[in-house]
Amino acid sequence: MSLDIRYPIGWMFSLFGVILAAFGLFGDQRIYARSLGININFEAGVGLLVFGILMLALAWRGSVKAKAAAKPEAKA
Amino acid sequence: MNLTAIDWVIMFLYFVFVLGIGVFLKRFMKTSTDFFLAGRSLPAWVCGIAFMAANLGAVEVIGMGASGAKYGIATSHFYWIGAIPAMVFIGLFMMPFYYGSRARSVPEFLRLRFDEKTRALNAISFAVMTIFSSGISMYAMAKLIQVLHILDVPLAKMGLPASWSFHVSIFISALIVLGYVFLGGLTSAIYNEVLQFFLIVAGFLPLVFLGLKNVGGWSGLKTQLPSAFTHSWQGMTNANNNPLGVEWFGLVMGLGFTLSFGYWCTNFLVVQRAMAAGSMLDARRTPLIAAVPKMFFPALVILPGMIALALPTPQQAVTVNGVVQMQAAPNAGKGLIPLKIDVATGKPAVDREGKPVLDYDLAIPNMLLHYFPTGILGLGLTALLASFMSGMAGNVTAFNTVWTYDIYQSHIYKGASDKHYLHMGQFATIFGVLFSIGAAYTAARFNNLMDFLQLVFAFVNAPLFATFLLGMFWKRATGHGAFTGLLCGTTAAALHHGLSLPHGDLVGIKGGWITVVHNYPSEMAQNFWTAIWAFVVCFVVTIGISLITKPRDEKELVGLVYSLTEKPSEEHLSWYQRPAYLGGVVLVMALVLNIIFR
Repeated sequence: MSLDIRYPIGWMFSLFGVILAAFGLFGDQRIYARSLGININFEAGVGLLVFGILMLALAWRGSVKAKAAAKPEAKA
Repeated sequence: MNLTAIDWVIMFLYFVFVLGIGVFLKRFMKTSTDFFLAGRSLPAWVCGIAFMAANLGAVEVIGMGASGAKYGIATSHFYWIGAIPAMVFIGLFMMPFYYGSRARSVPEFLRLRFDEKTRALNAISFAVMTIFSSGISMYAMAKLIQVLHILDVPLAKMGLPASWSFHVSIFISALIVLGYVFLGGLTSAIYNEVLQFFLIVAGFLPLVFLGLKNVGGWSGLKTQLPSAFTHSWQGMTNANNNPLGVEWFGLVMGLGFTLSFGYWCTNFLVVQRAMAAGSMLDARRTPLIAAVPKMFFPALVILPGMIALALPTPQQAVTVNGVVQMQAAPNAGKGLIPLKIDVATGKPAVDREGKPVLDYDLAIPNMLLHYFPTGILGLGLTALLASFMSGMAGNVTAFNTVWTYDIYQSHIYKGASDKHYLHMGQFATIFGVLFSIGAAYTAARFNNLMDFLQLVFAFVNAPLFATFLLGMFWKRATGHGAFTGLLCGTTAAALHHGLSLPHGDLVGIKGGWITVVHNYPSEMAQNFWTAIWAFVVCFVVTIGISLITKPRDEKELVGLVYSLTEKPSEEHLSWYQRPAYLGGVVLVMALVLNIIFR
C-alpha cells in the first residue's frame, strides 16, 4: 500500500514518549502521589518511545526489503 | 478535571496525525475499490488489528469495564466464548466465500448466493443500523465529556457556557471523522483503528499496572471480591447462582453460538476489514490474527472495572456530636463507582426495590482520574476519544459502502462510471455523518426511542447467521427460503421477547408486551434465548421453504457454496502460515485461559 502505517504509528508514539518522559523527568514530582509514588509519566514515556522506535525500525526494514524486491522487476 | 497543557498537546497531536493520514491517503483514492475496500491491498496484521479494533469502540471499552464491575470476570465470556470461536470459524470456513466470490460487501454476497430481495433486506436494515450505532457512539462520547467536565475550562476561557460542551464535542468529533473518512476512505478508517488499538493498550496497560499494584495483584483482588467475581465458570450450572444470571447452555448456545457467530461472521462492519486484505490467505488470517489480542483484552478492559469495585470507597471526615468520624462521601457508591444520578431530579436513582443504583459506566473513567496524573491522563483520555471516533468511523465506512454498492448502484442508478460511485461514496460519507449527528441528538432527547430501536436491530440481527450458514454449506438453499427464513426469524425474536420477561422488570420495553408466559432470571438470559429462538426458526423455515422452491443451477453456485468450491491450497505453506493451524492454536489458547480463570 501507498503508506506504511508503521511510520505514522512510530512517529506518533515516539513523540508521545519523548513528551511524557521529559515531563516526567523535569516536571513537578508532587503529582505522582496519586500514581502510588511511581513516576508513571517517565516510565510510560520510555515504554512508548521504545515501541515507537521499534515500529520505525520495522517500517524502515520493510521499505528496504520492498525496494530490493522491486529492483529485479525494474530490470526485466 | 484538572487537565494541563501537556494533556491538550497530546490530544491535539493525535488529531493532527489522524487527519494527516487522511490528507496523505487522499491522492491514492482513484477508484471506488481504493475508497471502499482499501484497494484490497492491506497486510494481514493491519487488517487483523482493525478487525478487532473496529468492534473496540469506546461504548465497548466503557461497557466492558462497567460489566467487569457489575459481573466480574464472567464478563470475559463475551471474549472467550462470545468472540474467539466465531473468529476462528469465519477465518477458516467463511472467508473463502466472502473473499473468493469478490463480493464487495456482505449484502452483495447475499445477492450472489441468493437473490436481490434478500440483499435489499439485509442492506437496508444494515445501513440504518450503522447510522444509529454511529450516532449512539457520538452521543456516548459527548455525554462522557460532559460528565467529566473535560471541556468546561477551555469553554470558559472562550467565554462560552459549560452547557455547550455536548454540542462542541459532537461537532468536533463529527468533523474529524468526516475529514479522515472523506479523504482516505476505508484505508483511513483502518489505519486509525490500528492507531487507536495501540493507544488503548498504551493508555490502559499503565492503568491496570497501577491498579493491580494497589490492590495487591490478582491474588489481592481475589481476596477483596466475592469468589464468583474472580471465577468465570463458577455457578454456571444454574442461572440463579452466578452474577450473569445465565446457565451454561444459554451462555454457550446464545452468546457463544448464535449471537457471536451472527456478529463476527455476518456483520459487514468487521467483515469489511478482512475484505481489505491483499490476498485470500491474508483475508483468512485476518480474523485469526485478531483473535490473539482479542482474548487478552479482558485484562485491559474488564480488570480495571473489577479493580474499581475492589478499591476503598471514598471517605470524608464529618463531625457528628463533636466527634470526627469517617463516612462515605456524598454519592459514593461502592469502590470508585459512584451512585447513578437521575438526570431529571438530580438525586441518586433507585431501582424498583428502592435500592440505589450504581453508575457502572463511570468505572473506567474514574479509574483513569484516580490513578493518572496530568500527562499520562491526556494519553488515557486520547485513547478513549480515539476509540469513540473509530467506533463512529467504522460505522460510517460500512454505511457508505453498503449505501453506494448495495442500495444506490443496484436500485437507484445502475451502470454509471466507477468515478461516479467513488464520488457517491464520498458524498455518502457526508450525509452518513450528518445522519449520525441527527441520531446522536435523537438519543439525547428520546432515550426510550433508542432502546426501542436497538431492540428492533437485535431482532433483525438474531437470525442472520442461520441464513449464511445454510447459504455457504447447503447448496440446496434458495433465495425464497433465505428471505422467508430471515423474516420468520426476526418475527420469532420479537414474539419471544413479547412473551417473556426478565425477573424484576416491568412489562414493556424489557419484554412481555404480548403476555408473560415465561420469566427469565436476567435480561442477559432473555437476550440469549431470543437469539437462540430466532436462529432455530430461521434455520428450519429456510430449509423448509428451500425444499419446496426451485434450486439454483449448481454451475452458478461455484465459489459460493462449500461443496462446489475448490479448497484453498495450503500445501506450499509452512505450518505456522496455514490458517487451519493458526486457528487451532488460537482455540487452544482460549481454552487454556478458560481453564486458568474457571
